Amino acid sequence: MTDITRFTRRAALGVAAMAAATLALPGAAQAEYDFSGQTVEWIIPFGTGGGSDTWARFNAPFLSRHLPGNPTVAVVNEPGGGSTRGTNLFAARAQADGLTILGTSGSTQFPYLLGDPRVRYEYQDWSVVMVGPTGGVAYTSPSTGISSVEEIADLQGQRLTYASQGATSLDLVPMLAFRLLGLDVNYVFGFGGRGDGRLAFERGETNIDYQTSSAFINNVTPLVEEGTAIPLMSWGVLDEEGNPQRDPTFPDLPILEEVYEMVHGEAPSGDLYEAYKAFNTAGFAAQKMVVLPTGASDELVEVYRQAWRDVFADPEYQATVTDALGEYGQVTDAAAEALFRAGTNIGDSVRQMVVDMLQDEYNVRLGD
Amino acid sequence: MLEIFASALSDILTFQHIGYMMIGVLVGLMIGVFPGLGGIAGLSLVLPFLYGLDTTSALAMLIGLIAVIPTSDTFASVLMGIPGSSASQATVLDGFPMAKNGEAARALAAAFSASLVGGIIGAVILTGFVLVARPVILSFSSAELFMLSVFGLSMVGVLAGKSLVKGLAACGVGLVIGSIGGAPATGEFRMVYGVDYLYDGIPLVIIGLGLFAVPEIVDLMRRDRSIAGNTGLGAGWFSGLRDVARNWWLTLRCSSIGAIIGAIPGLGGTVVDWIAYGHAVQSTKDNPRFGQGDVRGVIAPESANNAKEGGGLLPTLLFGIPGSGAMAVFLGGMVLLGIQPGPSMVGTNLDLTYTIVWSLALANVLGAGLCILLAVPISRLTLIPFKLLAPFMIVVICFASFQATRIIEDMVALLVLGVLGIYMRRFGWPRPALLIGFVLATQAETYLYQAVQFYGWEFLTRTGVMIIIGLTLGSIWLGVRSKASSSSREELLAEEPAHAPGLAENIRARAPQLAFAGLMLVGFVLAVQDALKQSFLGQVFPLVMASAGGLFTLGVIAFLAFGRVNTPAAVDAESGIGTDEDPPERSMLASLFWLAALVALTAIFGFFIALIVFFIAFLQFRARASLLMTALLTTGAAGFVLTLAYSLNMRFPGGLLQDLYRLPWPFS
Repeated sequence: MTDITRFTRRAALGVAAMAAATLALPGAAQAEYDFSGQTVEWIIPFGTGGGSDTWARFNAPFLSRHLPGNPTVAVVNEPGGGSTRGTNLFAARAQADGLTILGTSGSTQFPYLLGDPRVRYEYQDWSVVMVGPTGGVAYTSPSTGISSVEEIADLQGQRLTYASQGATSLDLVPMLAFRLLGLDVNYVFGFGGRGDGRLAFERGETNIDYQTSSAFINNVTPLVEEGTAIPLMSWGVLDEEGNPQRDPTFPDLPILEEVYEMVHGEAPSGDLYEAYKAFNTAGFAAQKMVVLPTGASDELVEVYRQAWRDVFADPEYQATVTDALGEYGQVTDAAAEALFRAGTNIGDSVRQMVVDMLQDEYNVRLGD
Repeated sequence: MLEIFASALSDILTFQHIGYMMIGVLVGLMIGVFPGLGGIAGLSLVLPFLYGLDTTSALAMLIGLIAVIPTSDTFASVLMGIPGSSASQATVLDGFPMAKNGEAARALAAAFSASLVGGIIGAVILTGFVLVARPVILSFSSAELFMLSVFGLSMVGVLAGKSLVKGLAACGVGLVIGSIGGAPATGEFRMVYGVDYLYDGIPLVIIGLGLFAVPEIVDLMRRDRSIAGNTGLGAGWFSGLRDVARNWWLTLRCSSIGAIIGAIPGLGGTVVDWIAYGHAVQSTKDNPRFGQGDVRGVIAPESANNAKEGGGLLPTLLFGIPGSGAMAVFLGGMVLLGIQPGPSMVGTNLDLTYTIVWSLALANVLGAGLCILLAVPISRLTLIPFKLLAPFMIVVICFASFQATRIIEDMVALLVLGVLGIYMRRFGWPRPALLIGFVLATQAETYLYQAVQFYGWEFLTRTGVMIIIGLTLGSIWLGVRSKASSSSREELLAEEPAHAPGLAENIRARAPQLAFAGLMLVGFVLAVQDALKQSFLGQVFPLVMASAGGLFTLGVIAFLAFGRVNTPAAVDAESGIGTDEDPPERSMLASLFWLAALVALTAIFGFFIALIVFFIAFLQFRARASLLMTALLTTGAAGFVLTLAYSLNMRFPGGLLQDLYRLPWPFS
């Protein structure tokens, strides 16, 4: 939990960039866009009270404070269709006037990457202005006979059980990771959330699980301390070049790439790993995105990025962000751009491989 | 321990804490009175004020808000027959008949004092339970949860009314409707027929509104009088308070049921009120008038649903698993305040947990107290001529229906389920049985599949499972006994006596009933056909349920075709068969037309324009109100809906017009 400096540094860089930008374009962008007295609708394709909603509601007042003219920023929930409905609505209706923005999540990215027939939106038409990353940690039960990740090879050949929310949910990431490691996992579906899955683990019904970072810290760390859970690996974070690194929140935990080397003796490669990388980025490193609709001008994108730079530099934001959103800093500009690209692109052969795998092994039909 | 109690108490009993709680209670009351708007809408109103508050004050406001919602939604359930939220669906069954008998104030006073007692008892139980809650909650695995769903389903026997076979068929309809959408085990989509809306399944709110509110509204429109008829307000609120005092033992039992079922994550608060209601029905021996306005049918669900909120706090605080929509909102609010749920809530943060639990009790007292004061003036609504109230109620149920997703399809689903509800009411198919089936469909299927995956079929031998099986059998026995005492064996099984009228005569007399049962049968056949296209895990549940439902429907058809003159399976309110009500004077279709008109207008012009056109048309052509009255009521309704939508940042469902042109809010 020491390494948040990386993101704070980025925020500092942001402040510098902002200063430079203000010097270069003295108020040009600001003058054209003044939202005084107007309302910016921030579409959240999820219901009230969930992770995405909480994230948006935390950010909204800061965004309002730093957009030119201090418009009201209203979070508008448009849930349905696993977030495809609200997103489709945004794609079909939103005008590029800066008054409608969209907040997406991993569950919006996944159907898009998988070619779900309900998806009628195209990420590449949009402009990303902010990305909020998160992380996750996989852990197992001591009943498997292992006492640390070094012994992970002993898990091979065992029948492991995992409580899953569904094969096309964020649980696709651990599914791909376990597959890469050659683990034989029985997925029991129909869980309402990761919290329900953790309960099944605590009851001893499952013996392998993952939690997002904040849930891991609050709910699994006590289990680790009493010796009923063994952390295995984190999903890692991406550095500026897009290379996987250890998660600064869990510097002592290896990432999948390291564990893969432990097991197989070589660095991971191939379609399966490519799939893991794409979905891991879309689900965690680039989980939450704020985008502007098709046709947003460069000035408008700059107005929004400037606003986010100012938000990140706001002392009140800095004082409260960790409590509300966890240790992962939100980013804009090039860093957001890079995460956006990595999280919304997938090779055709890789996609086909995942779709076929889902269909053959888990009866998920995405074609019809 | 004592210092933790003291510190929690001193946090609560400050002027500031109670003040902020009162704000939350007032906001929750205003929102909760409006059907369909619950804690979720309330949160978005309160949220901007949470910033800059200290943690306990902000928590007080949040708790005030969520505590009062299951109390205040009772107004709509009792006075208008509109289930305000899923928590008060069972209240409608006896609450609304009481209002129609002119006992609205008594029903409300009984409901609110039951809520108050329920909230306090819930908190008392929780105070001790918090300390052992973690292991207890962990002992409820998927196997026990499956058996609990079966326990819930066994309530159908109690809620079926006179004809058990009809109840089982109706429950089958509910189970099939509940299995629309993604299959829990495989994620494959069932019975969606390419319609995007069906992928998520049909929202519970719409089932409740369609089955209970639409038929009542249509019926009242056909009778053209006020809700309370010519009976006036009658017995006042004091007798309602006395009712609760007289039934203190029932109140106590139902509060405990509520607190405990609410604390079990996964079953959800949606069945609590039905289980409490079913419990009241099966345990009442003296002179039951359930369904026609028995005050015990109001007391039971209301004491349970407030206690449930307290119970629901436990999985939310200890595991971060919200048991209901309101708890999800509360969890979101907690996270915004920087409070993370987890084991620390019974460790280092135990005083905070007690602050929350007791604040909930205090908020219940404040909320229920306010509601009791308001009961008498608000119950005067039932004296307004219905033709003036009707347009408001139609708009209100439509508005409530699209709260879930805010699209026109919600209103279409409301209309379709409304028609189903109207005919179920007319032909005496028990609607609560359908609702129970619907609520428990997904849970029963999910937990059965998970239990078999985790434990194999040996899950049936787990201790917890055996205990719940015992409870279920006991409850069935109680139900059979209470039924047996009030009805003959022939009535219960709808047995056929020797001298039955001829088949031809029956078909002639019961053609509409037979046609309706036939339609239900077609529905079951469609469900079976769809299930056969799925993989094994995706098909097994709907296949079994639809086949069983189909068989029971065949049973209903057989009774109708061959049964004696007054078989309880035969009910047709239109011709006065098997019911005490007089057939209403106006035609059903003409009344249903108005609801359909609002839906159709919305599909073309969007909700807001449709509302104005609908109001003017209704008041002019149907109610024959004066121009001034029309103008006043239309402006009032439009202004009210507009204010509400504006403060909630809400968009109305759009129609063709909105697809073609970009219009400014509220027309967009």
